[in-house]
Amino acid sequence: MSLQTAALERVIVRRRYADRLFRICAVLMLLIAIGTLATLLVDVFMAGAGRLSWQFVSSFPSRKPEQAGALSAIVGTLYMMTLTALFAFPIGVASAIYLEEYARRTWYARVIEVNIANLAGVPSIIYGLLGLELFVRAMRFDRSLLSGSLTMALLVLPIIIISSREALRSVPGSLREGSYALGASRWQTIWHQVLPLAFPGILTGSILAFSRAIGEASPLITIGALTYIAFLPDSLLSPFTALPIQIFNWVSRPQAGFHVNAAAAILVLLVILLLMNAAAVYLRQRYQKRLSF
Amino acid sequence: MERHFDEELKALKEQILQMGALVEAQIANAIKSLVERDSDLARLTIQNDHKVNAMDVEIDDASVRLIARHQPMAKDLRFITTAMKISSELERMSDLAENIAERALELNEEPQLKPYIDIPRMAEHAQRMVKEALDAFVNRNVELAWKVIHDDDFIDGLTHQIFRELVSFMLEDQHTITRAIRITFISKYLERIADHATNIAELVVYLVEGKIIRHTDT
Amino acid sequence: MPTAGETAFDIQNLNCWYGDRQALFNISLSIPDRRITALIGPSGCGKSTFIRCLNRINDLIAGCRVEGQVLYKKENLYAPGIEAISIRYRIGMVFQKPNPFPKSIYDNIAYGPLIWGVKRGPQLDAIVEESLKKAAIWDEVKDKLQQNAQALSGGQQQRLCIARALAVEPEALLLDEPCSALDPIATAKIEELLLALKKTYTIVIVTHNMQQAARVSDVTGFFLLGELVEFGETGQIFTNPKDRRTEDYITGRFG
Repeated sequence: MSLQTAALERVIVRRRYADRLFRICAVLMLLIAIGTLATLLVDVFMAGAGRLSWQFVSSFPSRKPEQAGALSAIVGTLYMMTLTALFAFPIGVASAIYLEEYARRTWYARVIEVNIANLAGVPSIIYGLLGLELFVRAMRFDRSLLSGSLTMALLVLPIIIISSREALRSVPGSLREGSYALGASRWQTIWHQVLPLAFPGILTGSILAFSRAIGEASPLITIGALTYIAFLPDSLLSPFTALPIQIFNWVSRPQAGFHVNAAAAILVLLVILLLMNAAAVYLRQRYQKRLSF
Repeated sequence: MERHFDEELKALKEQILQMGALVEAQIANAIKSLVERDSDLARLTIQNDHKVNAMDVEIDDASVRLIARHQPMAKDLRFITTAMKISSELERMSDLAENIAERALELNEEPQLKPYIDIPRMAEHAQRMVKEALDAFVNRNVELAWKVIHDDDFIDGLTHQIFRELVSFMLEDQHTITRAIRITFISKYLERIADHATNIAELVVYLVEGKIIRHTDT
Repeated sequence: MPTAGETAFDIQNLNCWYGDRQALFNISLSIPDRRITALIGPSGCGKSTFIRCLNRINDLIAGCRVEGQVLYKKENLYAPGIEAISIRYRIGMVFQKPNPFPKSIYDNIAYGPLIWGVKRGPQLDAIVEESLKKAAIWDEVKDKLQQNAQALSGGQQQRLCIARALAVEPEALLLDEPCSALDPIATAKIEELLLALKKTYTIVIVTHNMQQAARVSDVTGFFLLGELVEFGETGQIFTNPKDRRTEDYITGRFG
């Protein structure tokens, strides 16, 4: 008996060590990841914080780094993202509802599903090429705000569809049955029971998708968005620029002053990104209904 | 909480009470057919026994169904098993009433041996025991049940008295033997009816207190 | 209106498949009006599949196929042109796990009437109150109608679901193991409720608890491996079953 107890004791001690070792490894990995990110942020902050001023956010680009501002890029980004959301959100959510609630499990439904999953992984520059061919040339929208937003909408659509489907799927089947059992139609069930519950999830997924899009430069460069814009876009078809392009442009200049501008613009972009994420968290909290299943 | 089951138990109780009333009438009629030398009534009593038998079967069936459907526990369980047993006690009483009526038919064929005095007294007493035993059952009255149990001694005493009296008749005149034996039987039947009433009373004690007092010297 | 005890559901040669797997084999039986019919049997015997054919809620399951006849009050529920929605309006259902909507108690009950065209107002208030009373839960919730229904206890939630089903004034009520997630007291309350409701509604209850079937039902059916082994008066099934398999099951000698 005592022999057994001693053996047991040894096993337990060994396990406790293994457990501790694993925890230390995990914490180390986390520190490396956070450390890298923090270094980057601090570096950018050191470089750009001094340049941030009202003059910077309210001026148009200039040939002189100290007079240049990011106004047209900031406004362009905001316009573009608003339009992208207007295009992508309804289409994405509607597609998700169709695929999740209506489509029968046939071979073409499966083909569509696989395609959407793959589209989410396609490099963004490919979307740029598609946008260039489709919107800029075929539909003759030129290098406009409209072309940029439509291209971005294509880019985020698969992500919105996938995350919306996930949110719809997380609504318990028992609630749907409860609704159907009262004689509700499919649409009534979706509108009154499923969507309200899935909405916070759909919203979060979509905002994360837009957060990805806001930092994309390559598709915009591909469709030929301009880099030097000294005016604000006044229509859907007017040329525009956006923060990532402006940053890209400044970084590739030889003068050190423009590099500082780029860092400052990165900070502006980060602030917008953080605001969007904060909005996602806020909306999620607000619409979150307590589900105790 | 009022249970649906309680209504079904109440219905079973009603059935027992109906059967009890019928058996009381059977005993009364049997004795009446003897004392008043009414052979038609005796035949009617014999006929009516099948009604009691049918009720016994009904109560048994209802009880088994109640057990199967409700898996009764504690006092519910005791109530149903008691009801089943009371029903067989009552059924035997009715058989004995039938026997009394049969003897009455035979006795009514011959001149009366003597005026019946002790037999009606005994019958009256036995009937009261039956009634009180059933009352004790309905009202879950243990005191009344104990009274019935103790009253049985009185009936036993009467049985002996009647027996001795009839033996003296038979010793005097052997022509009386057949009739005297038949009357002895009747007193024996009554005594057994009282025994069954006692059994019911003992069942009532079990029903209320959960104590089995049969076959114990109390 | 037919008198209680007459046939409400008349089922003839019902077969049901989930994909390639056949779940029900040639089920024929008739379910009496305004009585409680219990369906018992081991897990996977098809009793739930069967009850889900009675309001066509199985239609919602991909790959589910039904053949045969289900007549309700002489009307074939599977005839072409019959809307599943209108069937479910007449034949309510309560599920195994209480599934109140994550809304207020009031809105849970009001949902059915609202989708069937009742407008918000005094009439709807009256329907909500009456339904909650019928389901014997009014006294417990009348002061908190605007509270979230999911804050109620399991037993209360299930009675709320019964009230929700009653709010659209169905003629029949199907219950798929309504007490399996509840404690004995809550179960007893639901059983008493069903016994009270059977005066007005035809009730079919699937239960894996055969004591429950014995306690509440008038008629019992025993399912095994997708077949209806025996169907008869409950007292007879539980005291003197005709089929050896029924006897083995109800006496616990199964397998």
